[in-house]
Amino acid sequence: MKKSLFISTLAAAGMAAGFASAGTLQDVQAAGVLKCGTGTGQVGFSAPDANGYWEGIDVAVCRAIAAAVLNDKDAVEFVPLTSKVRFSSLTSGEVDLLSRTTTWTFSRDVDLALTFVGINYYDGQGFMVPTDLGVSSALELDGATICIQTGTTTELNLADYFRSNGMSFEPVPIDTTAEAQASYIAGACDVYTTDSSALASARSSFENPDDHVILPEIISKEPLGPLVRHGDDQWADVVRWVMNALIAAEELGITSANLETLAAGTNNPEINRFMGTEGNLGEMLGLDADWAARAISAGGNYGEIFESTIGESTPIGLARGLNAQWTQGGLMYSPPFR
Amino acid sequence: MAMADQNAGPTFRLSMLIYDTRYRSLTIQVIVLIGFMAGGVWLVNNMLNNLSDLGKDLGFGFLNDAAGFEISPQLIEFSSQDSNLRAAIVGMLNTLMVAVVGCIIATIIGVIVGIARLSKNWVVARLMTVYVEMFRNVPILLWIVFAIAIINDIFPVPRAFKGDSATASMLFNESVALTNRGFYVPSPIWLQGSMVVVIVFILSLVAIKFFGTWSKKRQEATGDILPNFWIKLGIFVVPAVLIYFIMGRPIELDYPAFVKFNFEGGLFIRAPFIAITMALALYTAAFIAEAVRSGIQAISKGQSEAAFALGLRPNRTMQLIILPQALRVIIPPLISQFLNLTKNSSLATAVGYIEITGTLGGTILNQTGREMECIMLLMLIYLSISLSISMVMNVYNNSVKLKER
Amino acid sequence: MTDHSFVRTEMLPEQPAPLGETGILLWLKTNMFSGIANSIASVVTIVIIYILAKEIILWGYQPSWGLGSVRACFDDPNVTGACWGVIPERFNQLMYGFYPKDEQWRINLSFFLMVAAIAPVLFNKIPRKAIYFSLLYPFIAFWLIWGDSIWGPIAALAGFAIAYGAIRVLNPVAGAIVGITTGVLLALVWWLFAAVPASVIVNGVIPIELEVVQSRNIGGLTLSVIIGISGIALSFPIGVILALGRQSDMFIVKVLCVGFIEFIRGVPLITLLFVASILLNYFLPPGTSFDLLLRVVIVVTLFSAAYLAEVVRGGLAALPTGQYEAADALGLDYWKSMRLIIMPQALKISIPGIVSNFIGLFKDTTLVSIIGLLDPVGLINAIRGTAEWKGILWELYIFLALMFWIFTFAMSRYSMYLERKLKTGH
Repeated sequence: MKKSLFISTLAAAGMAAGFASAGTLQDVQAAGVLKCGTGTGQVGFSAPDANGYWEGIDVAVCRAIAAAVLNDKDAVEFVPLTSKVRFSSLTSGEVDLLSRTTTWTFSRDVDLALTFVGINYYDGQGFMVPTDLGVSSALELDGATICIQTGTTTELNLADYFRSNGMSFEPVPIDTTAEAQASYIAGACDVYTTDSSALASARSSFENPDDHVILPEIISKEPLGPLVRHGDDQWADVVRWVMNALIAAEELGITSANLETLAAGTNNPEINRFMGTEGNLGEMLGLDADWAARAISAGGNYGEIFESTIGESTPIGLARGLNAQWTQGGLMYSPPFR
Repeated sequence: MAMADQNAGPTFRLSMLIYDTRYRSLTIQVIVLIGFMAGGVWLVNNMLNNLSDLGKDLGFGFLNDAAGFEISPQLIEFSSQDSNLRAAIVGMLNTLMVAVVGCIIATIIGVIVGIARLSKNWVVARLMTVYVEMFRNVPILLWIVFAIAIINDIFPVPRAFKGDSATASMLFNESVALTNRGFYVPSPIWLQGSMVVVIVFILSLVAIKFFGTWSKKRQEATGDILPNFWIKLGIFVVPAVLIYFIMGRPIELDYPAFVKFNFEGGLFIRAPFIAITMALALYTAAFIAEAVRSGIQAISKGQSEAAFALGLRPNRTMQLIILPQALRVIIPPLISQFLNLTKNSSLATAVGYIEITGTLGGTILNQTGREMECIMLLMLIYLSISLSISMVMNVYNNSVKLKER
Repeated sequence: MTDHSFVRTEMLPEQPAPLGETGILLWLKTNMFSGIANSIASVVTIVIIYILAKEIILWGYQPSWGLGSVRACFDDPNVTGACWGVIPERFNQLMYGFYPKDEQWRINLSFFLMVAAIAPVLFNKIPRKAIYFSLLYPFIAFWLIWGDSIWGPIAALAGFAIAYGAIRVLNPVAGAIVGITTGVLLALVWWLFAAVPASVIVNGVIPIELEVVQSRNIGGLTLSVIIGISGIALSFPIGVILALGRQSDMFIVKVLCVGFIEFIRGVPLITLLFVASILLNYFLPPGTSFDLLLRVVIVVTLFSAAYLAEVVRGGLAALPTGQYEAADALGLDYWKSMRLIIMPQALKISIPGIVSNFIGLFKDTTLVSIIGLLDPVGLINAIRGTAEWKGILWELYIFLALMFWIFTFAMSRYSMYLERKLKTGH
């Protein structure tokens, strides 16, 4: 193999390389494919199955957007990103949107020039310990060895929490989920800490889930959601309102099952506006009138997505909790479609 | 090119820049330089444009911000309120610790294996061959993962030492605990008067050095060989031990003891450190062993035959004839193996040992989002470590090099 | 008179040598038990080997190849050690990543063609003409693996033909330098402006297409081999040029080469991979983003080239000055003397170094898992994250280690073969 591989690859790359134009929406429509940055494999959030088909709640957001914009929920190119490269991949235009269990924080939003467009999962950092350790509160963990899943805000929250409670700990930071869990199971640390959703999914997959207990303390707020580049308000609007559509659909009772019947027209004007049979919301966004209906058809409304990816019927088995609709005591609240 | 014009005089033609060998090399250099600078300017310009498009600026101010995370082990005091810069330095020291300890262990194992590979004992030689081929041909990343997995599998958790139903027990009269989080060994407590012992110990090291030179001189003058090893050992041990008891045992040992989650007290050698150091050392030792073997084999057989003819025993032949010559062949590859080990220590994050790649190229980068500055700084640090190692080793190499005309 | 002396009149029958001085016993005595220290060493070694082998075999020999999950292994009373079921279940993934199942024949075909293409380079018994296939191979493999229209690679190839043609036509007329410059410029113009439209047009007329496969679907050992082989092939010419540059009399060229080599050799590969995955986009004009795999191949190539340059430099330095002087005395110009006199000898000396450099490069491809590419290590991390195979470790890593071992051990044996073949001394 000679130099030519490089050149022919470059030629091919030249064919494929898009040229940045005014708006991401136009770019996506022109390319016919949405480039979506996801995680490198966290079951329930974003992970490829054995056939390489991506699944998870973060993935579902991407599919809904692809369905709304391109009318094809599979017109998504999933780009697995490590926590190191995720922001630079987004800012450099390698992906159009980052949907990768990313915590919305002040400095990321402001300093890193990113725009968080919503929250698809309210999480918080928790602790898991073996039951026979006899610990019932995180405040009893002074002097413990703690396995930390690195790369997120986890390390900072942990240091803050222990410092403010006057406790010390021995950190063992590990950057892959599998390795961190293996270390915890092998007893290389007393405690495993990461977002409580990931703790639950880890616990459920252990050989004896009952041997492990998740402590009641949640030491941080981890609002996870999709984000886009700063400065492209149209694209941010599209992503934000597709997200809102998923949430609103659950509130309005629009599911993938009754989508067809409701699309024919109803007595509820908000549903009609939502489905595009009334008003011109889609046009305002620069999308087709039935954009929201298409987004729902990709994987159902927010509640359906939640149930099929991380809900109680899945191996991960998370309760809705904070992520229930506001009408049911949760925080999921979509501004009105008007 | 203007320079060439001035020097060329009246008969100069433009085509001479290409066809006249006097000028051609100058032309090529000028073209290369212009090309290089243009490329550099283009890249930097692109970078600045891209950064300003994103509303970012280049700057190292973030190094003074509070780091916000904890690191362990820490060779210098560090808490989460210290700056990112200090976190990076702690990381760098951890890198150096792995590099130094790893290089020492790798050299010891490598030399032993290299010599053992040439052993006349068939089983030993074969086993060493298997070791070398096994370690050299499997990626280091796998060895690192294997190392931590072995520690996790073999050693008991600290809790197993606890209570009545303890399934594991400490070694050496309750002083050493080998757990899967690391090895706890007693550490010295320096009491009043311990300085005297230390000073005496250092003095005896100096004395050993002096004795060495003196005995060599004596040997050259008279031909007698003193039992150097035993005398040196005596100087090494006796005065320090005597003073230790005379001063009333001023150094005590702090023994590790189990408290709630972990052992406390004593010296804690963490499992990730052991894993990364041993993996790197065993991997690198396989390469060093090959260097040692080929170095020894490069010495012609006549040398050892001549030594035997002079009546030297095999040990002395190795020590006085073969190794000094082989060393010249061994040192250059040894340097590059030390460099490789140091660079491979950047994989330590895989087992949770936090060094410079884990701090500066990991958490700090993630938290501040300053990819450009962090990675540039990271490369600069590795570059200076590498260059210093090769500088030091090259000085040594020059000192043992065969002095030719 | 009695005869006091006894003289045997017939020969004694030949006795077999004492038991300890023949066959296996002699061998044992000389090779294992020649002295106390040696005997102890032998016994200790044998005991260690026995214990290790016993443990490993007890753990590894398990009827668990058909089981579908870690839990199944726990539940099966016959399985007390390794849970091998993960290997057959995920074998396909570990080999091909997420490459579409129906298209995997393309990878296999490229692999076999690769063997055919490398053979003429490796063994000189094969007819020299076969080298043309080796030169064509990169284009064929590129098309097979990534798919799309065949005319893309052909158009890229046409650029070389254009350059070659221009040089052949112009060299006699206008001299070598004009010829080469024009040829290179023409080729560049073709690649940059004409190649893509031309291939699109031709494809419109005669469409020969394979299904496009995205780089990120390529994974597993295929990815390692792609990165490894292209890194090796591309770094070779660059490394030789860097080595020559470092030995050059031209100050600026020398400084640049030394600076580049020392810089690359001074930093770990992982930092360079970070550059490829995070920083490279910053250094390119806004909006250009090319494939991560391509970026990685570029970085790996540069990395390997710097090391190779040092190996080749060693070979160049080892040549006696007389060789350089003799080449000059024959009136050969720089490139001719390098090509005909210096390089063949220098490269021959450097063979062990070159091959071990390539082995190192191939092993280092595992680091791409850290920047998120799904090479076997990355896939193993993913597999260990799934519910079925949580907690599995040794089985997968041992399998992978064996795979790597086979490749690299073969390479090192080849280097020994080559050394023997090229040895012209006595």
